[in-house]
Amino acid sequence: MLILSLVVALAACEREERTFRTPLPNATPQQAGERQSANQPAQPRTDLVRNAASPRSPYEGNAYGVAQGKRLYRWYNCGGCHANGGGGMGPALMDEHWRYGGEPAQIFQSIVQGRPNGMPSFGGHIPEDQVWQIVAYVRSMGGQLRKDVAPSRSDTMYPGEAENARPKMPIKPEILPPEQPTGGPQQ
Amino acid sequence: MKRLAVVLALSALAAAVLAATPTPDAAHQVFEPMGPQAGHIGQLWNLFVAICAVVFGVVLAVLLVALWRAPRAPHTAPGDVSPLADPERRATRRVGLGVGAITVLLLVLVVASVFTDRAIARLSLKDAVSLEVTAHQWWWTVKYLDGEHVSDRVETANEIHVPVGRPVIVQLRSDDVIHSLWLPNLAGKRDLIPGRTAMVTFRADQPGVYRGQCAEFCGYQHALMGLLVVAETPERYQAWLQAQRQPAQPPTDAQAVRGRTVFESTACAMCHTVNGTQAQGKKAPDLTHVASRSTLAAGTLPNTREALADWIRDPQKHKPGTNMPAVPLSREDLDAVVTYLGSLR
Repeated sequence: MLILSLVVALAACEREERTFRTPLPNATPQQAGERQSANQPAQPRTDLVRNAASPRSPYEGNAYGVAQGKRLYRWYNCGGCHANGGGGMGPALMDEHWRYGGEPAQIFQSIVQGRPNGMPSFGGHIPEDQVWQIVAYVRSMGGQLRKDVAPSRSDTMYPGEAENARPKMPIKPEILPPEQPTGGPQQ
Repeated sequence: MKRLAVVLALSALAAAVLAATPTPDAAHQVFEPMGPQAGHIGQLWNLFVAICAVVFGVVLAVLLVALWRAPRAPHTAPGDVSPLADPERRATRRVGLGVGAITVLLLVLVVASVFTDRAIARLSLKDAVSLEVTAHQWWWTVKYLDGEHVSDRVETANEIHVPVGRPVIVQLRSDDVIHSLWLPNLAGKRDLIPGRTAMVTFRADQPGVYRGQCAEFCGYQHALMGLLVVAETPERYQAWLQAQRQPAQPPTDAQAVRGRTVFESTACAMCHTVNGTQAQGKKAPDLTHVASRSTLAAGTLPNTREALADWIRDPQKHKPGTNMPAVPLSREDLDAVVTYLGSLR
């Protein structure tokens, strides 16, 4: 019983741990990637960006890091194109099917390299640990993170249960469009 | 008797030490009112101290008299339990008088505090300077709303300049959590509540630099959320305002030019604004005239070259939890940025 409670307590520590000293998750030398967008905040850069050093964000199990990611998502105006995850000018972020890949390292690359047709290249403009925090937050929108880590929806929005806290439900057959008859047009 | 003498001597010594303590440059003292608002609060404070001291003295005196008049018996004698047999006496006239006097004194304090509020509200706001102060975790935005055009508005951070003798109307807003603005020499505390606009008015009658402080716990760096109020002559205030209305001067020497490029192309420009450049971030203090301020990071550090470089290199060392990230810059880039920011007068 004691061991069990200790395990629970320690897990809680990890969930709430706050590291103020900026870790450098990308400190190891890595291959450089091309920028895919000249669309950049303030003065555009042309230097290469560093690729993701690890396949996963170090903040995925850390509620404080994900909450910081939520703050940064607002600060850097990600919502200007992606809205609150539902998409607008930019694609929606609330699912796991992504045009350029929905794995943490792929999302990291999309943010630092930029993508064609509008996604700015933020490499060098945002410190890399902040990019990892944003990656963790963006994945929490689609329910990819543990429920106790994902931040809740802002109070200003729809008051019902947030998407990432709802049970996964199969699509009801009656809301699908009726199957079209195959073959030639009916006489 | 000997013990009493020692206690008296120690109290006299403590009083002498307190009286001899020098006040710091940036005054932060409720007891030194520099304007009418703080003066009214100071008077109320003096009245409270006087009445409470008298009441405390009377209570102690009555207690001492009771102890002195209490019947004494040798330790070995059996306890006297005869009063238990008597019913408790009704409230005597003396107790009635005491309760009456206490009620009157409390009413005096209530009435005095009402009159203080009225006196504070009576400050003439003719020809007032209009400001808007927004609190953030853990710094202050200051906007000057006066001027004919919107472009005459000025934004600065963590430092308020006011002309001596003119009233100031400050609108208070909060960007995140509840804060409270307290300028002890000039005005009382006022809470800043997210989603609401509060207001505080004051007037500085003596030129000087006064320190203000967040007075409502607001997170890790609540203690390091200060600001300065610089009260100066109307001419110097106008000159300062005119200087603040100008966009940043383009740098001339090569190192500062490089500093501007680094500033605009790295994380600095994502949050900070320097008017007249591409840096237009709105989430952190406006740095258009940062070199004209006397402190950095909301009164945490002096505005020197070394402190600025150290702050940019590792903000978490000075203010753990601050939202300013550590930006990895090479030594040359950091020097260039510090030179550029030092040129923004």
